[in-house]
Amino acid sequence: MVSNKTRAVLAIAAAALLSGCAELAGSPKLAPPVRINEDPYPSTYVRYPGVLTVIRHATVFDGDGRRWNDGTVIFSDGVVRAVGGPGLPSPAGAVEIDGTGKWVTPGVIDVHSHLGDYPSPGVEGNSDGNEATSPVRPEVWAEHSVWPQDPGFSRALMNGGVTTLQILPGSANLFGGRSVTLKNVPARTAQGMKFPGAPYGLKMACGENPKRVYGSKGNMPQTRMGNIAMARQTWIKAVEYKRKWDKYEAKGGDMPERDLAMDTLKGVLEGKILIQNHCYRADEMANMIDMSKEFGYHISAFHHAVEAYKIADLLRENDICAAMWADWYGFKMESYDAIKENIPLVHNAGACAMIHSDDPNGIQRLNQEVAKTLADGRRAGINIPDEVAWEWLSRNPAKAMGILNQTGTLSPGKMADVVLWNGNPFSDYTRPERVWIDGALMYDANDPKRRPVSDFELGQPGEGDVK
Amino acid sequence: MIRALMAALLVAAAAPAMAQTFAISGGTVALGDGSQPIPNGMVIVRDGRIVAAGDVRMKLPAGTQVIDATDKWVTPGIVGGFTRLGLSEVDLSADGSDDTKANGPFSAAIDVVQSVNPLDTPIAVNRADGVTRALVVPNVGKSIFAGQGAVIDTGVDMDPITRSRVFQFVELGETGKDQAGGSRSSAYILFRNALREAAELRRYASPIQAARGGQPDERARPVVQNPNESRLYGPDARRSDDVLLTRFDAAALVPVLQGRQYLFVHAERARDILNVLDLKREFPSLKIVLVGATEGWTVAERIAQAGIPVIASAVNDLPASFEQIAATQSNVGRMRGSGVKVSIGMIDDSDTRNIFWERQYAGNLVALQRVPGATGVSWGEALAMITSGPAEAIGMGGEIGSLAPGRRADVVIWSGDPLEGSSAAEAVFIDGVRQPLETHQTRLMQRYRDLSRRDLPEAYRH
Repeated sequence: MVSNKTRAVLAIAAAALLSGCAELAGSPKLAPPVRINEDPYPSTYVRYPGVLTVIRHATVFDGDGRRWNDGTVIFSDGVVRAVGGPGLPSPAGAVEIDGTGKWVTPGVIDVHSHLGDYPSPGVEGNSDGNEATSPVRPEVWAEHSVWPQDPGFSRALMNGGVTTLQILPGSANLFGGRSVTLKNVPARTAQGMKFPGAPYGLKMACGENPKRVYGSKGNMPQTRMGNIAMARQTWIKAVEYKRKWDKYEAKGGDMPERDLAMDTLKGVLEGKILIQNHCYRADEMANMIDMSKEFGYHISAFHHAVEAYKIADLLRENDICAAMWADWYGFKMESYDAIKENIPLVHNAGACAMIHSDDPNGIQRLNQEVAKTLADGRRAGINIPDEVAWEWLSRNPAKAMGILNQTGTLSPGKMADVVLWNGNPFSDYTRPERVWIDGALMYDANDPKRRPVSDFELGQPGEGDVK
Repeated sequence: MIRALMAALLVAAAAPAMAQTFAISGGTVALGDGSQPIPNGMVIVRDGRIVAAGDVRMKLPAGTQVIDATDKWVTPGIVGGFTRLGLSEVDLSADGSDDTKANGPFSAAIDVVQSVNPLDTPIAVNRADGVTRALVVPNVGKSIFAGQGAVIDTGVDMDPITRSRVFQFVELGETGKDQAGGSRSSAYILFRNALREAAELRRYASPIQAARGGQPDERARPVVQNPNESRLYGPDARRSDDVLLTRFDAAALVPVLQGRQYLFVHAERARDILNVLDLKREFPSLKIVLVGATEGWTVAERIAQAGIPVIASAVNDLPASFEQIAATQSNVGRMRGSGVKVSIGMIDDSDTRNIFWERQYAGNLVALQRVPGATGVSWGEALAMITSGPAEAIGMGGEIGSLAPGRRADVVIWSGDPLEGSSAAEAVFIDGVRQPLETHQTRLMQRYRDLSRRDLPEAYRH
């Protein structure tokens, strides 16, 4: 069957070659290519209503490295209108908020979360993060595991000021599947939370997890060299798949057989899907960089890059971001060389650095995590201003997720994803006072009605930590 | 007399490089007893013990070393409230480096002491971050009982044990249910049976002296001297035929039954907590410390009435399991508000290594004071929850956890407010001995601080 088809394709190709141009020669016209829908589970997110808002007299970090000590932020219709000093005039009809003693920043973006696919309660029935049935599962999409009723979303909003987050499949597999980027706005469906226009990511993993999960079952990969070999074999198939489809899309004819897994890898090779690569060790990151060059794709970010500080120059040269923790260490061998100055060192080397959580508790304190590592860096002589360090919380995650032109900084025209903190966000004593997403007030510490409660927690004692 | 001499010798052996007198002056001093910090305070140390601390002005002997702590903060070292510090170098897939499993034939008899490795990297990392002591708890294996925990210091010497066999640890919540075969009821009958088996052996133990007339007064007696002398009972100690525990395990529970050793009970769910309070009524001699207590706020007044101290997770606010459905970050503040003696531990939370998170957690409890509808704690209380609180829960408040006169001189000089994660320990003293703050991590940082290529590879930078 396959060989027949191949023969037919070959015959057509041969005919085309002989005639130079099939159509002019009058040979049978090829059917025009059918376009594959690349967005079959589209976002249905619609921003909630907001009002024309002006925050004055706050310390403002715009997320792009700028700071105003008596800053003004104006947003309306879901969009940032202006950021500046005290002289910025208020448009007519604006609601004014006095931000004296408070801070305003872009909403926190977590590039690495499993909310929804490893939700609370963390019971077997809810465990949807790892399709650990084969090390190569690019066909699975995290959004199909996301339970929008995970109570963790609300905690990330209320305590962490998290407005956008990337939900990734777990790291049991070399190819874990597609990520999904969400607005942290509760909805009945995952589609209702999907960040409009955000590119997909593909989760890849190096190191211990894939080789442990499969090696312990006597399957490949059992070693790091097995990890790399399998990943390369997979990319070889993907390149071939893409070649077939490119030809079909250019010339039509018989549609090649569709493969969901290969679709995702093809998307990576086309630059449409961003590689989010779980990888701890410096030497393994270097291997992954070479692999990306071998097959012609770009790694957007290394996640859990605890040894990024050892190869910060390599990351800079290859324009790869590193998502890191402040002080996690030693929980497995590949995290043994973690240091507390990782993020400042990577930043200082000119590479794109950021914090990430990978944890439903840590995501509630990413600002504090940055405060720790920032201070550790300063003690090591790396003097990065607070307003620049905020890039680790919003700008750089947005860059790694391919949404920097929409959010991540308070640039006019971008989404009004804004947090008003009740003090300096680089303090353990500070919490969000209000959080706006697309200009809509989604959390207000002073208004018990502006706090989300998941379905799961409704009617339970405490009711989502709002009672 | 001989015993007293022996004890003195033991103390001397345990305190390395006997320190002389020194003072720390000019810093903001927090005593760790719940009081608010004192600006421009002083701490005076002699021979490894606190002489005085706070708003004191003493004439110091000539030549006394004075450490200037102007613009710094000075507090007692952090006491890890519930940890597995020293038990694991690496937690996963690092054969031989992890002593937290206990799948052998014994349970309650296990003594965590032999597993504590003072050269464990996490001990150094936590020492460098101002953690000076920790309650180290064994893990359950095949039983609801995990064995006997110890108090350790994090000093750079080969004598980590401050006090051994301070408490027995038992799981009576979800983990206990699983250990017992699938139901809490099953766990409780196992527990009662264990106490019955211990009771049979109790009669062979040395009697407890009653205070003047009536009930023995636990507070009057020195805390557990040697709770495990009961393990010595030979075959003469008769037991029933229908026993489930090994002789060692049953004997190890005698001091628990007698109230000579604390009993740490892990329970999160409100109903489980009430079951524990019932146990206290049924066996009044048990010296129970409740561990976890995520839903404690819902039954806080009853915990307070029972007088049972709690070592809680600080900011567990997710319904992470069906025993934590009522989780709230106000749990600690609300229990405290109801009069429960609460301190902070690392229950199921990076307990082998990230004990230093406790001060960040404490800062978060302070932050809650400014969140409408939430209940936080004052700064002084928050610090106490990670210093004197855990010490007092096990009757060691007179030894460690505060800067009160006579306490062991575990003192930290911080770059700033210690409840801010951005502050760092700049000097750490344990028993008055200044500790090195270098770690595997600091050495790596120095090696890779500058990536430019030099005449030799990075491996030659050391």
